[in-house]
Amino acid sequence: MPLINKDILETIKMIERDNLDIRTTTMGISLLDCVSHDPKVTAQRIYDKITKKAHNLVKTAEEIGKEFGIPVINKRVAVTPISLIGGKADKDDYIEIAAALDRAALELGIDFIGGYSALVHKGFTNNDIAFIDSIPQALAETEKVCSSVNVGSTKAGINMDAIKMLGYIIKETAYLTRESESLGCAKFVAFANAVEDNPFMAGAFHGVGEPEAVINVGVSGPGVVKSALEKVKGRSIDEVAETIKKTAFKITRAGMLVGNEMSKRTNIPFGIMDLSLAPTPKVGDSVAEILEIMGLEKCGTHGTTAALALLNDAVKKGGIMACSHVGGLSGAFIPVSEDAGMIDAVICGALTFDKLEAMTSVCSVGLDMIAVCGDVPESTISAIIADEAAIGVINNKTTAVRIIPAYGKKIGDVVNFGGLLGKAPVMAISEYSSEEFIMRGGRIPAPVHSFKN
Amino acid sequence: MKAVITVIGKDRTGIIYNVSKILYHHNVNIEDLNQTIMQDNFTMLMLVNCAKMDCTFEELKAALRAAGESIGMSIRIQREDIFDAMHKI
Repeated sequence: MPLINKDILETIKMIERDNLDIRTTTMGISLLDCVSHDPKVTAQRIYDKITKKAHNLVKTAEEIGKEFGIPVINKRVAVTPISLIGGKADKDDYIEIAAALDRAALELGIDFIGGYSALVHKGFTNNDIAFIDSIPQALAETEKVCSSVNVGSTKAGINMDAIKMLGYIIKETAYLTRESESLGCAKFVAFANAVEDNPFMAGAFHGVGEPEAVINVGVSGPGVVKSALEKVKGRSIDEVAETIKKTAFKITRAGMLVGNEMSKRTNIPFGIMDLSLAPTPKVGDSVAEILEIMGLEKCGTHGTTAALALLNDAVKKGGIMACSHVGGLSGAFIPVSEDAGMIDAVICGALTFDKLEAMTSVCSVGLDMIAVCGDVPESTISAIIADEAAIGVINNKTTAVRIIPAYGKKIGDVVNFGGLLGKAPVMAISEYSSEEFIMRGGRIPAPVHSFKN
Repeated sequence: MKAVITVIGKDRTGIIYNVSKILYHHNVNIEDLNQTIMQDNFTMLMLVNCAKMDCTFEELKAALRAAGESIGMSIRIQREDIFDAMHKI
């Protein structure tokens, strides 16, 4: 190869100055063969299988990161939704399984383990109910376990009974983890149209259509996109889209290289690349700042939804060109607490809850890492999830809610989680009741455009 | 395996000597080299072949980093593939 200074130095600048990184390498592991008549045996089999399959995950990811000179930030494991493999488990059995997952994660030295999950978009099995009931205690008693519940899909409609339950589950989790700013809620996400190969937490799980084990990689780099857009200041929107697309291509290629190398060394097939602009609380690593550099005075003002739609779409296009297996959530995340620009925008009043909801109709996921008052009624939490699920189900996209009704906190307070989870200013939401609507229960029918056969 | 070494910092004597000494010591061959001044910074890029290297990549990386620190330069080594992957269709 002839040495091309420009390309080499651009890559180095992306990594060193603009925080380009491999955000996560997530090993998906099927636990379907761990099912047993005795939940204790199941828990042991789960621990054994995860620690065996992923024994060299952390070491390999770090080695590859050093060789390519690109940091691999998180090493994670995602497993088959646990509600499916409980056998005859009751609530306590599920908590024992959660403890086994946590022990396995600690043993491996990974950051998080996802898949303490249930898929109830059309209805519950008896197991699902016991499982969902176990979530608050499981999250309070474990350190690394992440949980999710899929409550709706374009094909099945929206399970309003599940949504009603989740209002209680989220409040209870907030209460049980009140000593740590209700941190448990940051490890739980309610989905509509959940994807089976998402490598990002808290929503990663290993879908039932996935192979025995798989390596999925998530790359990030809001800082890289921002930096590229600084060079097209004042130019037309077409050039903005083109610049994002080209940048997304380069970022995705870096991730694919790492993914393929991980796959080769662990002897586990490569699944997908998820190109998601995932911000961190660091200044310069923010999705809000990308929107602002496009010409918005503050994230949240009029025009924000259009700017985000353009960003999300251009990121996907660049990613798809770069890699044949793009999957997961791919697009732009807008978690409030994890994005310095979003936090600023909320504090100065530019970004409201309602505007965030509008933004979720065009971003890659949904309402993410939003703190609200600790005394918010359960039914209001449920109604927020229902709104978000409706956006996903009607628009045929994934949506999610990760909300923290921080125990004892009021508007004006700031909930500080530390690390990558950042800090969230408590946001105002409607004070009017949704109680009667939520108490009806039942199922919102699948939309007319789901009938495609 | 081929790798790219990047040396960035203030120009001074002995840069090539210090880097090539380590490469020679570990049996790493230099295949291409160029240097330039960019924004007042001395920038040197080296394409090296590590096929007959007698240490691990991590050890070579650490030795280069330490040499960089001793002469006040930043020295990185990365596998060549990452640049190809990111900049070629």
